[in-house]
Amino acid sequence: MQKLLVPAPSDDKRWRMVTATMRRHGYRRDALIEALHSAQEAFGYLDSQSLQYVARSLNLPLSQVYGVATFYSFFTLKPPGEHTCVICLGTACYIKGAGEIIASIQDHFDLKPGQTTPDDRASLLTARCLGTCGLAPSGVFDGEVVGNLTPENVAERLEEWLDHAG
Amino acid sequence: MLAEDLHRMAAHERAQQLQYDHHIIVCSGTACRSANSEAVRQALEQQVQERSQIGVCTVTNGGCRGLCAAGPMVSVEPAGLLYQGVTPADAGAIVDSLGSAPVPHILCDTSAAFFSKQRALVLEFAGNLDPDRIESYLANGGYDTLLKAVTEMTPTQIRDEIVRSGLRGRGGAGYSTGLKWNTVAKAQSAEKYVICNGDEGDPGAFMNRSEMEDYPFRILEGMTIAAYAVGAQQGYIYVRAEYPLAVSRLKGAIRQSEKLGLLGNGIFGTSFNFNVDIRLGAGAFVCGEETALIASVEGKRGNPRPRPPYPAEHGLWGHPTLINNVETFANIVPIIRNGSEWFAGIGTAKSKGTKVFALSGRIQNTGLVEIPMGMTLREIIYDIGGGIPGGRHFKAVQTGGPSGGCITAQHLDLPMDYEALMQVGTFMGSGGMIVMDDSSCMVDVARYFMEFCMTESCGKCIPCRVGTAQMFDLLDKITRGEATLDDLALLEELADMVRNTSLCGLGQGAPNPVRSTLRYFRDEYLSHIVDKVCPAGVCKMQHREEVLP
Amino acid sequence: MTNRVLTLQINGQEVSGREDETILEVAREHDIHIPTLCQLEGLSSIGACRLCLVEVANVPKLLTACITPIQEGMEVHTESERLNHYRRLVIEMLFSEGNHICSVCVSNGHCELQNMAQLLGVDHVHLPYRNPQRRVDASHDRFIFDPNRCILCTRCVRVCDEVEGAHTWDLKARGIQSQVMTDLNQPWGDSTSCTSCGKCVHLCPTGALFEKGKSVAEMSKRREFLPYLTIMRGKHR
Repeated sequence: MQKLLVPAPSDDKRWRMVTATMRRHGYRRDALIEALHSAQEAFGYLDSQSLQYVARSLNLPLSQVYGVATFYSFFTLKPPGEHTCVICLGTACYIKGAGEIIASIQDHFDLKPGQTTPDDRASLLTARCLGTCGLAPSGVFDGEVVGNLTPENVAERLEEWLDHAG
Repeated sequence: MLAEDLHRMAAHERAQQLQYDHHIIVCSGTACRSANSEAVRQALEQQVQERSQIGVCTVTNGGCRGLCAAGPMVSVEPAGLLYQGVTPADAGAIVDSLGSAPVPHILCDTSAAFFSKQRALVLEFAGNLDPDRIESYLANGGYDTLLKAVTEMTPTQIRDEIVRSGLRGRGGAGYSTGLKWNTVAKAQSAEKYVICNGDEGDPGAFMNRSEMEDYPFRILEGMTIAAYAVGAQQGYIYVRAEYPLAVSRLKGAIRQSEKLGLLGNGIFGTSFNFNVDIRLGAGAFVCGEETALIASVEGKRGNPRPRPPYPAEHGLWGHPTLINNVETFANIVPIIRNGSEWFAGIGTAKSKGTKVFALSGRIQNTGLVEIPMGMTLREIIYDIGGGIPGGRHFKAVQTGGPSGGCITAQHLDLPMDYEALMQVGTFMGSGGMIVMDDSSCMVDVARYFMEFCMTESCGKCIPCRVGTAQMFDLLDKITRGEATLDDLALLEELADMVRNTSLCGLGQGAPNPVRSTLRYFRDEYLSHIVDKVCPAGVCKMQHREEVLP
Repeated sequence: MTNRVLTLQINGQEVSGREDETILEVAREHDIHIPTLCQLEGLSSIGACRLCLVEVANVPKLLTACITPIQEGMEVHTESERLNHYRRLVIEMLFSEGNHICSVCVSNGHCELQNMAQLLGVDHVHLPYRNPQRRVDASHDRFIFDPNRCILCTRCVRVCDEVEGAHTWDLKARGIQSQVMTDLNQPWGDSTSCTSCGKCVHLCPTGALFEKGKSVAEMSKRREFLPYLTIMRGKHR
């Protein structure tokens, strides 16, 4: 059965990525998670426009799309800060002090996991396990995996982003 | 592709490799990459060029050597040298040393117990394969086994081999792989699926990540043999989105295999068709559970459903579905190639073959190790692992992730196999092994795992949704020094109820870390509750003054 | 295709049923009561509330009666001190999870959670109350959603999807954070997919979904439509 294609919400070229993913899966309903991955990769997060576009294109109820987007912790519905810091909370990292790193970020920068600084410069996230336990405690700073973290070297990186002097 | 094409390509690649006197192989796994191995490889390439060694020496990417904490690792063949902690500045010295004495300050002793006590079966070729090139795999006998399987063996013969080998699921529970295959094969349906479970979610486990990064072709070949043996035409690899390198390697492997006709229609000129797609996980531990994984592949919330019916009969889109762990599929090629008797000769009476473990935590040699089943924990920790650093004392090893338990010093001589681990109250799990010393508080560890289960619970069934939250609150209260003995009794009551009434393995296993730490470290709980003291000094007690009369 | 008839024992009584029937269905046909909350005839069974867990001889695990098909020679036990203990804990967990205050609830007197608590002899809750902060949604013209009284049985989600075909309701988030919500987590009154049919309201076992302007006495729920609708659509079970 041929289905009319839903037009992208705007001329923004990033929609092409999302459309291409859905097309590759033949607009099948089971492509939902793949489509959400593309949308998040394209825009950094999932806003209601993305969710609606994906829902209409795949012929899925809005609530189902929202339900899936909020079930999986990889998806975020809030725009991330300019920089993101992910601290791994896997067991090996935890045993080696990841909890203290999180606590010290909270104390020094008033930033809790899942939050972004008021000036939108940096977001703090946690991961359940990056699989780089050999480097514990580890984290990801703007996409770069960094090992052997300490409260001090994490603070240093964050200060650089936040530019406390300025 | 036909048999002669396969052999011709393999021979061509081998001849290509023989043109060089020296091979420098740089580990390109996630751990070494984050230790800057890319820059090391570039520096080596540049030095080879500058020292006009082109045509004499080649620099390629390789897989993981296991010693992840000592990266970047670089090996030199055929000299059989291994360097650790290599920096771009060492590149010149390495290239200069080719054919003469090795560079001493970065040389890694490959005769050490870390290497000599291991038995590489899944991690065969010890990282010398270039995971990005199918030619490298073919040159090392890749796809020979699939050829043998589809042209010389019937599906029944293959399944019989797997049954006889005694291979058990490497995802944790240890169900017989052969029996599972038989159930799927016998199920009546025109459509069947094979799913490779690469949603390695246990915190502290990274075996599957490394296996997918280093041996993507081996996993595909194993899946393809499985598909032939059970009568499936479509396969899915479900991988965590948190493993970008594994995803790109697998995608590359699928593309290259399709191009050569090793996936697709009419494989090796037979009537057997098989295609594989990748599905990305999106950060939900519960999706490691078979029925939740199926829901996720179907694009839905990862809610498990009660079994039976099992996926082997009623799986993806209602069709019979074979779900095996990455490492299980990685074992298929060696078994079919070398025979079930050979495989059954390794390991213990009921646990055959090897197991890859991820050693981490308070241990000298963090990394990946592969050992024959039945090796004692003591050998793993002290010989292979190099013992506990900083002069501290071994306290316990956590296995089986958030559904597992701990093994204490009294069980150091326990042979590692499925049954022995069950007996002491934990289980094999996927292979994460987190070592704890006397600076770790066991109540805090139990609290950590309960928090994990609480946030990863799907919320569908009441015991897991509410029970994990209630148990977490109680454990938190204990670590704050605010709990009473009544709270401890309630914790034990809930642990029993959640274990027996939850819908899926996540909930049923969630109380295990509590039960296990209570079994071996009850005194630590009592110190927190009665004396308001954390013996390891980890927990910050809020109500110390209450101890006073 | 005809289904074979199987015989089994429930609580020592010899009973029989078709091979495609569940333990719960066969028990009900023989007037053997097994407690349930999430299950409702006419909707798909999901095995979420765990109240219908039963013991089966030679099976180490407890089985979910609403989903497990019967087998020849099965020996099922639906009552035991252990099962009742677990069932009471399930109910206590629900009370501790939300904010259930019967005296001010519109469903007081015809609430399935309340009835079940009485039936199972839950006379107090020994789990700490979690006291969540949840906002009531009164944006719909005719109905009110009070998440404080929701037990996440997902009957509303299922009836809206499986019977009404609107799929206005679904779950958001996961674990202890899960809640039912409409469309893109917007106020119910703004939902574009809701047909205001009210089926969800009538299937809700508690006072989480109720009609505006009805007093406690009037707030009994009418469910006769469900078996009728499902039979007419030929989708029985």
